[in-house]
Amino acid sequence: MAGIVGYGAYIPRNRIKVEEIAKVWGADAPSYKKGLMLEEKSVPSPDQDTITMSVEASKNALRRAGIDPREIGAIYVGSESHPYAVKPSGTVLAEALNATPEVHTADLEFACKAGTEGMFIALSLVQAAAVKYGLAVGADTSQGAPGDALEYSAAAGAAAFIFGQDKLIAEILHTYSYTTDTPDFWRREYQYYPQHGGRFTGDPAYFTHILGAARGIMAKAGMKPADFQYVIFHQPNGKFPLRAGEILGFSRKQIDPGWLVPKLGNTYSGSSPLGLTATLDIAKAGDMILLVSYGSGAGSDGFIFRVTERIDEVRNLAPRTRDMLDKNKAYLDYGVYAKYRRKIRKAK
Amino acid sequence: MPNPARAWREYPQRYRLEAEKCTKCGTIAFPPRLVCPQCGNRKFAKTKLAETGKLLTFTIIRVPPDPFEDQAPYAVGIAELEDGVKLTAQVVDCDFAALKVGLRVRLEFRKLSEEGEAGVIYYGYKFVPE
Ligand SMILES: [Zn+2]
Repeated sequence: MAGIVGYGAYIPRNRIKVEEIAKVWGADAPSYKKGLMLEEKSVPSPDQDTITMSVEASKNALRRAGIDPREIGAIYVGSESHPYAVKPSGTVLAEALNATPEVHTADLEFACKAGTEGMFIALSLVQAAAVKYGLAVGADTSQGAPGDALEYSAAAGAAAFIFGQDKLIAEILHTYSYTTDTPDFWRREYQYYPQHGGRFTGDPAYFTHILGAARGIMAKAGMKPADFQYVIFHQPNGKFPLRAGEILGFSRKQIDPGWLVPKLGNTYSGSSPLGLTATLDIAKAGDMILLVSYGSGAGSDGFIFRVTERIDEVRNLAPRTRDMLDKNKAYLDYGVYAKYRRKIRKAK
Repeated sequence: MPNPARAWREYPQRYRLEAEKCTKCGTIAFPPRLVCPQCGNRKFAKTKLAETGKLLTFTIIRVPPDPFEDQAPYAVGIAELEDGVKLTAQVVDCDFAALKVGLRVRLEFRKLSEEGEAGVIYYGYKFVPE
């Protein structure tokens, strides 16, 4: 049986409130807060990017896994904000973790699904016994165009998972993928900001794939919503995952522990993976967890986890996700946020 | 400004805090040296710096050298790590008012500088409050 050996999260300390963004663009903050169920989002410092957050999240995963980094045979970084267009994020990560040179590395992209894509591949290599341990990271420092609806949600964070066959904290019982060609959100080469299909991002995109993958994996496993203690859906805003849960028959009690988005924003490739880290932080041996990611373009990956007794030994070996979310925050005004995110054009 | 090749040679120190420990007197050399500054011994064993410590002193840089222009003002500090090594690095994620001698810090992986918008990005460690 293969599964998760260690997990780790990283969330930058900077935040900006919905009101602060709405004020600048003359938008109605209460309707954004109510409509999208968003209050604030994380913002990376100028010296943070997908690579730095991946390193910190992975080091937290290593602390919990308690393995020698040289035994990691595969490292995948899923992101839509890799710092380089050409030159892998994964090589910096592998070098920083001391996992080089006997390691297979690739950067993955699939909008918000790149993190679970890496998890899927790393897990498969472990199951095939091609590597002893595999590391997958979902990380993003995503940008929405100034004034666009996405600017209220595009946030920063990273989650890392080490997969293996021994020392498991969660077994992986089933995986499932649901993919179609659906142009709901995209960014062409050399474009700074993405574009999206507005309302088209809802029913034919997010909901079709999330519900399709959730129903598909439950049918494959012969399980129903009541069989799970916790469920995590991709969280582009507060409302979508709650509605997906409601349609499928999950309760708020199952959703809430991994529902980070009102205070975190959408961390894209880190979104549902960070929800999983927050859920593992409180899970008990025997708990069943369903995770369903979503990436525009479009696809969903599903995973069914069964938590083992080792969770109690490892959860306090690294910072908990909710602590990173709730403690030591620094609020930015829009001016500093715009400077940090390089939205201000400077003289050369 | 370091060029990519020079920065690359420093990755073991900058990325992984690799240091060398004198096999005779235990002095930790960071960056590694050929001869122990304490006892003159030429044999070292590989070690890794501790990732936590406390601030011994600090200053605020308001007129920075070129590569750090966009970051000013920023704090630079010297901290004594758990293994006794004194390390100089930027102190980030900390309001200047909260900086004080004795502040508990840990090392976090950050972007150090970049060669403009098209050049190489240099990574390494900075202090953050623990
Ligand atoms: Zn010596």
